[in-house]
Amino acid sequence: MSSAMYERMRDNPKFQELVNKRGRFAWTLAAIVLTLFYGFVLIVAFAPESLGNPIAEGSRWTVGVTLELFLFVFFWVTTVIYVRRANTEFDTLSQEIVRDAWKEEK
Amino acid sequence: MRKLLTALGLFSLCALAVAADAVGATEKQATNWHAIIMFCIFVALTMGITYWAASRTKSTSDFYTAGGGITGFQNGLAIAGDYMSAATLLGLTAMVYTSGYDGYIYMLCFFAGWPIILFLMAERLRNLGKFTFSDITAYRLDQGRVRTMAAISSRTVVCFYLIAQMVGAGQLIKLLFGLDYNVAIFVVGILMMVYVTFGGMVATTWVQIIKAVMLLSGGTLVMLLAMNEFGFSYEKMVDQAMSVHKLGERMMHPGSLLADPITAISLGLGLMFGTAGLPHILMRFFTVTDAKEARKSVLYASGFVAYFFNVIFFMGLAAIIIVGQNPEYFEGGDISSKLIGGGNMVAMHLAKAVGGNMLLGFLAAVAFATILAVVSGLALAGASAISHDIYARVIKKGTASEASEIRVSRIATIILGFVAIVLGIMFEKMNIAFMVGLAFGVAAAANFPVLILSMYWKGLTTRGALWGGYGGLVSAVCFVLFSKSVWVDVLGNAAPLFPYTQPALFAMPIAFFLAWFGSTTDSSARGKSEIEAFDDQYVRAQTGYGAAGAAKH
Repeated sequence: MSSAMYERMRDNPKFQELVNKRGRFAWTLAAIVLTLFYGFVLIVAFAPESLGNPIAEGSRWTVGVTLELFLFVFFWVTTVIYVRRANTEFDTLSQEIVRDAWKEEK
Repeated sequence: MRKLLTALGLFSLCALAVAADAVGATEKQATNWHAIIMFCIFVALTMGITYWAASRTKSTSDFYTAGGGITGFQNGLAIAGDYMSAATLLGLTAMVYTSGYDGYIYMLCFFAGWPIILFLMAERLRNLGKFTFSDITAYRLDQGRVRTMAAISSRTVVCFYLIAQMVGAGQLIKLLFGLDYNVAIFVVGILMMVYVTFGGMVATTWVQIIKAVMLLSGGTLVMLLAMNEFGFSYEKMVDQAMSVHKLGERMMHPGSLLADPITAISLGLGLMFGTAGLPHILMRFFTVTDAKEARKSVLYASGFVAYFFNVIFFMGLAAIIIVGQNPEYFEGGDISSKLIGGGNMVAMHLAKAVGGNMLLGFLAAVAFATILAVVSGLALAGASAISHDIYARVIKKGTASEASEIRVSRIATIILGFVAIVLGIMFEKMNIAFMVGLAFGVAAAANFPVLILSMYWKGLTTRGALWGGYGGLVSAVCFVLFSKSVWVDVLGNAAPLFPYTQPALFAMPIAFFLAWFGSTTDSSARGKSEIEAFDDQYVRAQTGYGAAGAAKH
């Protein structure tokens, strides 16, 4: 793997675009998941009683179970969102970067 | 080799059959022929696959990563299969059965790591790695020392995880065949050796896929039949469960398992980042063609895992009434005494209660398949750490022939098989979901920090990686060793030296700090060139240019 190829890719403005866009997107989603998850863990740690309450008077659905079910679904949805964008937009961009670098080589 | 394989396969089938016969006399329970027949069908099927896979396993790439030609969907199923181990099926059902809502909290912790792996790790893993995750940590660092460190921590995690799987296997087969626990452990160990030694990653992947499909369908069926008894009403089921459970209304509150905040937070950290440090899961990212397929793998895998955890939660709740109130499943027919076969057998009893011997047989075969598949994946990961990292890269410095590397890998598998057998016998009485928690804690502290820093932090040098890796490993292992679960329960001391059962909250910061401190104070010329090498690695991680491609078949 020639270092020159990597240097050309790095100098391509599209590379910065890819890194910035994907980085921002991935970290935003990660921050959302981490915040929700550790928020939940902190509730378990410091306010466990609140999770045992029913969501409505007389209901057997507790806040904890309902919240967790939502988190299971929501976390999976975030993976769908990421994969859809990464496998189309970001992959096209990164293929272009490699192609541009090859063109310069010739 | 093929003859030997066939012979070994036949031998294990015979062993099973003979064992089943021998049991009839000693066990009061009638031998469950449904279970035995389904066991044998599964073993025969997987032996067939191994036979086929053996003919396709020629290069090291075939052996470690199935030639890199697995599709995202197949790999997603296989990852889900690796992740939904016997500890999940048996241990988590049991946890919901005994502790109610706590089990569900555990499951979310097990799951939450997946999106993070996808966003921050999946494509970089695929773009940088080849066979093992040390390929990534050692990418721009000192090959010899960093790989040695990574291989040691990999094997530690693999051993902890193996204990959980082997104990599950022993208890399960003991219950179904009335086989002696130790004999059951040997059967699993030997079958695993056959799969991995002969079929490598191709066989391991297919065993994993078949098992994942069986597990998902079996679990769903049991859940549907169980829910049917409550008219598919969650409220009715919970209502009845609360009225009979020893915890009563408290059952649906976070409870004893997460008694103090430190344990809860530490568990959350350990399970989330441990997933991202499990060698056998990381290895699966190298079996797909490119980063696109790697992402799809996580998408499918996390979908299956999330679904299955919810199935388990419902199974556990239903079992509180269906199993917990039926004297048939308790020793001496008294519901205040112990469950037959031990606490981990809740899922099996539930299958019998709702679907008779046929369903019990099926689910037992599924659980058995699960154990074999996960143990095989673990053994492969452990063996590759020895053969690829230690033998080929450290001892032979990259000059080993492919044939000799595979040979070393096979020998390592056999040794690991025996280690697994010994550990399985030593830790017979442990709760297996709990053992898995410990494996995750060590993975989170020993593997994850160095791996993530090597991909994201330019400043990491060899010295920092070694300090962080060893520091995380030693502290995590010591915390486990001195905690109640080993120091008191296994070694028989009076009081634990470390008051918490989960190591991650303490060991992870130690690892990160040491890696940072070791790197920033490293002023060697070597360290400088390693920092400079990050730029090229970064481009490759981002674009996938130069990544190990799929082998052509």
